[in-house]
Amino acid sequence: MATTVTADAPAAAAPPAPAAAPVKQREGYAANAFAHIFLAVWGLLVTIPLIWAVIQSFKTDDEIIHDPLGLPEQWLFGAFGRAWTKGNIGEFFLNTVIVLLGSVTLTMLFGAMAAYVLARYPFRGNRAVYWMFVAGLTLPIYLGILPLFLLVQDMSTALGLEEVIGLNTHLGLILVYVAYSMPFTVFFLHAFFRTLPTTIAEAASVDGAGHVRLFFQVMMPMAKPGLISIGIFNVIGQWNQFLLPTVLMKDSDKKMLTQGLLELATNARYETDFARLFAGMTIAMLPILAVYLGFHRQVQSGLTGATLK
Amino acid sequence: MRNGRAPFIAGFLFAPVLLYVVYVLIPYVRTAYFSLTDFNGFSPEYGFVGLGNYLELLKDEVYLRAIGHNAVVLTVFPIVTILLALFFAFMLNVGGRGDKAGIRGVRGSSLYKFIFFFPQVLSIAIVAVIWRRVFQSNDGGMINAVLMSLGLVDEEKPLLFLAESDSVIPPIHLGAFTLDAPVVLICLIAVAIWGGVGFYLVLFSAAMQSIPKDIYEAATLDGATRVQTFFRVTLPLLREHVSVAWIYLGIAALDFYALVIGLTPGAGGGGPNNASEVMSSWMLTSAFRSSRYDGFAFACAMGMSIALLTMLLAGVQFRLTRSRDKLEF
Repeated sequence: MATTVTADAPAAAAPPAPAAAPVKQREGYAANAFAHIFLAVWGLLVTIPLIWAVIQSFKTDDEIIHDPLGLPEQWLFGAFGRAWTKGNIGEFFLNTVIVLLGSVTLTMLFGAMAAYVLARYPFRGNRAVYWMFVAGLTLPIYLGILPLFLLVQDMSTALGLEEVIGLNTHLGLILVYVAYSMPFTVFFLHAFFRTLPTTIAEAASVDGAGHVRLFFQVMMPMAKPGLISIGIFNVIGQWNQFLLPTVLMKDSDKKMLTQGLLELATNARYETDFARLFAGMTIAMLPILAVYLGFHRQVQSGLTGATLK
Repeated sequence: MRNGRAPFIAGFLFAPVLLYVVYVLIPYVRTAYFSLTDFNGFSPEYGFVGLGNYLELLKDEVYLRAIGHNAVVLTVFPIVTILLALFFAFMLNVGGRGDKAGIRGVRGSSLYKFIFFFPQVLSIAIVAVIWRRVFQSNDGGMINAVLMSLGLVDEEKPLLFLAESDSVIPPIHLGAFTLDAPVVLICLIAVAIWGGVGFYLVLFSAAMQSIPKDIYEAATLDGATRVQTFFRVTLPLLREHVSVAWIYLGIAALDFYALVIGLTPGAGGGGPNNASEVMSSWMLTSAFRSSRYDGFAFACAMGMSIALLTMLLAGVQFRLTRSRDKLEF
């Protein structure tokens, strides 16, 4: 990539020719209004479907069917309760939280460990291991999904661990999530660990810190910005994952939120409670919205920055 | 520091490598292996059929039509997304008011970015719930309701959107191969663009901001208009970012199964009558198709062919768009 220099050059350039200034100024105002109109139109195109769908969760089914564009006569919150209990959204939500607590923690730990060793310790086969991880970035998940199902099923049976890491187990899904998050996490953190200065690490090891202590007490704190970016990326990615749980979690009480909601949506013609479906969607959107509100800069720079490496 | 180096490296790599090899690499390798067999997914007894599954792919009319659909997505989706993202990034960064310090970004540009990027973080389930209802083919759908209230659509004849299998171009048949662009597919592309523009806008916008201001000042002093500045200065400097976006969108266009599964009718999506089927969605459906006893192996062969096509495409695009001379600034 082209090296980007963030030199905020002081605007000490010669002042613009005075005769040209008023013309430029007027052109500037026109361009400004022009820009805002186009940006606002796209902003509305993005937000209107979202807001419209959220509003549906406060309506009665009669209003949803016969007055799709109107606001609710009365803002009802009952659909949220029905979605949480009868629509199983509450159960799906808790399943997702449990799995993500394990999978994001392990992804970060294992990803950082592998990336750190590969970035800072030259050894024979280092590049091979690194490229093995990165190769996973080029292959889509669905390509391995059919044998993955068999593998999870057969391996857990062979080990006698069906109830622990087999199909329909939280731990089984956690391990799969961690494995599929490795390529990007290792790739991202590898680049990050390489940029950290070596002097502090050297000083610490002179002071007698071992490899493990050096990693946890010196390098991990220094890598915090990188860990936060990739952590958020993994939270969003794993929260939104639907193909892996669709194949691996068939028991209705073990389903993930995205998977469960998608099944509710695709069976919507049998659905008699539309408000409940929209309320379920709103509930599913809230955690992501919260993360996005809190960390949108890191989300934006993390997701797009990674594209360019 | 010297002592304990090897055990440390091995200890730190063991768990990540083990998980990755077992759950990611082995399934990929087994996909390649099963594609050469007549394995049905259950029976432990199966035989080798060589490239038989691959030859049968060339006779599978739905698959051949799905390739055509991917080709349509591949043409429309990246071009429209990149053009819109470039346009809005330009509006955000250079469309702002000029003052003594040069041309600045418009006010509220981070709010715009916040809104535009948001669909990118939504799961396919949320997108499916929203857009199924927006596109619904009766007066309960958002677009139909709006158009009906404006009198643009007859209440008796609502637009079908996701249920419309008619092609917007005259279908082209070449032997078993079909190229058509059903309305439902166009609707999916629209949703993909809705979700994707914000991402590439942020990408291009960051790139534009990294271009030093003095280049713009020099151009302005030389009397260049904003439009000239964009085409002569900004765009050439963004070349590399656009080519990366092109490759990513190309890969996404060959993927595309999430929207098909989430939004279109039929078991596993792809309907109506396979009008929205793309290669990956047809692969997932085929694996458990009852009309084929060896559907599993057949689907594996299909997966391999998609992976091959994707790599070929990425390679071609990479060669086509790679900048020969790199601009350093």
